[in-house]
Amino acid sequence: MGLLIILALAAPLYAGDPGNMDPFRRLQPPSAEMWFGSDNLGRDVFARTIFGARISLLVGLMSAACAALAGLLIGVTAGYSRSIDKIVMRVMDGLMSIPTILLAIALISLTGPGIGILIVAIAVSETPAVARLVRSVVLGVRERPYVEAALCGGARLPKVLWRHILPSTVPALMVQGATVSASAILTEAVLSFLGVGVPPEIPSWGNMIASSRLYLAIAPMTIFAPGICLAVTVLAVNLLGDGVRDLFDPSAKRRR
Amino acid sequence: MAGYILRRLVSTIAVMAVVGIFIFLLLRLAPGDPAAMIAGKEATAEMIAGIREQLGLNAPLPVQFARWAGDMLRGDFGTSIFAGRPVLELIAQRLEPTVSLALMTMLLSVTVGVSFGILAAWRAGRLVDRLLTAFSALGYSVPVFVIGYFLIYLFAIKTHWLPVQGYVPIDAGLGHWFVHLILPTVTLSLGYIAFIARVTRTSMLEVLSEDYMRTAAAKGASSYAMLFHHALKNAGIPILTVIGISFAYLIGGVVLTETVFNIPGIGRLVVDAINNRDYPIIQSVIILTSGLYVLINLAIDLAYTLVDPRVRY
Repeated sequence: MGLLIILALAAPLYAGDPGNMDPFRRLQPPSAEMWFGSDNLGRDVFARTIFGARISLLVGLMSAACAALAGLLIGVTAGYSRSIDKIVMRVMDGLMSIPTILLAIALISLTGPGIGILIVAIAVSETPAVARLVRSVVLGVRERPYVEAALCGGARLPKVLWRHILPSTVPALMVQGATVSASAILTEAVLSFLGVGVPPEIPSWGNMIASSRLYLAIAPMTIFAPGICLAVTVLAVNLLGDGVRDLFDPSAKRRR
Repeated sequence: MAGYILRRLVSTIAVMAVVGIFIFLLLRLAPGDPAAMIAGKEATAEMIAGIREQLGLNAPLPVQFARWAGDMLRGDFGTSIFAGRPVLELIAQRLEPTVSLALMTMLLSVTVGVSFGILAAWRAGRLVDRLLTAFSALGYSVPVFVIGYFLIYLFAIKTHWLPVQGYVPIDAGLGHWFVHLILPTVTLSLGYIAFIARVTRTSMLEVLSEDYMRTAAAKGASSYAMLFHHALKNAGIPILTVIGISFAYLIGGVVLTETVFNIPGIGRLVVDAINNRDYPIIQSVIILTSGLYVLINLAIDLAYTLVDPRVRY
């Protein structure tokens, strides 16, 4: 995972220009010069794949961070106040019942494709899951004696929330964060593939696959290179999540 | 029981109302005047004003919402801006391929996923279990369209065993229909098989460590009887729940699979609608799918009582 991020950040140093077109070298097979061959406009697939990693990771991690933050706020509020809980959780149930991709599509259709709205759309569709998890943790913790003791001891509610309740949500939040990141990266690719994600001039794994799909029989690398990168990235993030879970919950590991 | 069903129905209606308000606001907030969109580029200001009046866009927002929701409840989902035909009619036309794909996928993933999960739990820690766990991590992570193109390349382009793309209606022959559905179904199923297998395994392992399982082994029950008679029944609830949750997931997968395999179903209808900015279609599909999702999960909650007689409402 770390390796992936470094590769993506250092992209301009070693990979060629992803936008450079060469009409005489279209759909070339992999060679020493162009490791993954070239696509239908003669662009270097290797360079585009590496630059695609930047977009995928940026969008994936940003939207996961937004979703985690929003979910945390909503979850803690809902877990603490009965009256807000009813309304907010109904809204979350409603959002959850809309398939992620359709929800994101509906949001994006408001403004048209763009990276900003993409992050917002993915974050909105991932928030309910986080909120629900945080709420359940808060509900469990708030009846604990130490929280009651803190309140009886005269600590004010915001301080109790911050000092005693928030820390208890961290392990669950981190595990969920990995899952959400993985699914955000996937959603970005899916939306770009469907043509509503990242604008086509910016290389992203999803729209690379979409623009190459007519050439599957001639130049399979144009689809497999970004596809495999995508799969490896998502797998890495998922395994990271499993690792974090084992770290915080050793009993889960023993059972496996 | 009746009280519980009633309470669940009320909360279902609440959830659908939230979805409705959300979609309605989304459409009203969308930039671009719907009236101007319908009137076309060369419309005069008076024409647009006329259409606005006709559509009731000048009424206050709550009134507009009440009318809109009323239309929906009466089964009037509006007219497609692009095709100029009722949305419901367009959806009905595309129903067969999508339903075929979804049912085949559910069938394949539940049978294979549950068997893999049982197998892995039975042989926990052994090679089979490790292989299945690795497979499920992979199935989890590889996106549907990557699997799809990979399978097309392998089984259609390289070997010509199966057709590359397309859909053949059932009327045109069961064999053709089936052959064209093999690749899409497998593509879409891999993720679910992984998901269902994972949950089945965890849930089975939990049950297998219960005292009554040791009792069953001690009284000499065969491993077959233990797995299927004692364990699977008790592990059923999480498995059922997962099948319900994965329905929302399935819709997203259907959209992708239909795009990859060029199947003229509801997914393609949505993708085309996005490109044409055909809002009535997008909103109807969202409302219908989330309604279906809520109903399926309601049905599954009720099915718990069948799987586990201890559950009473």
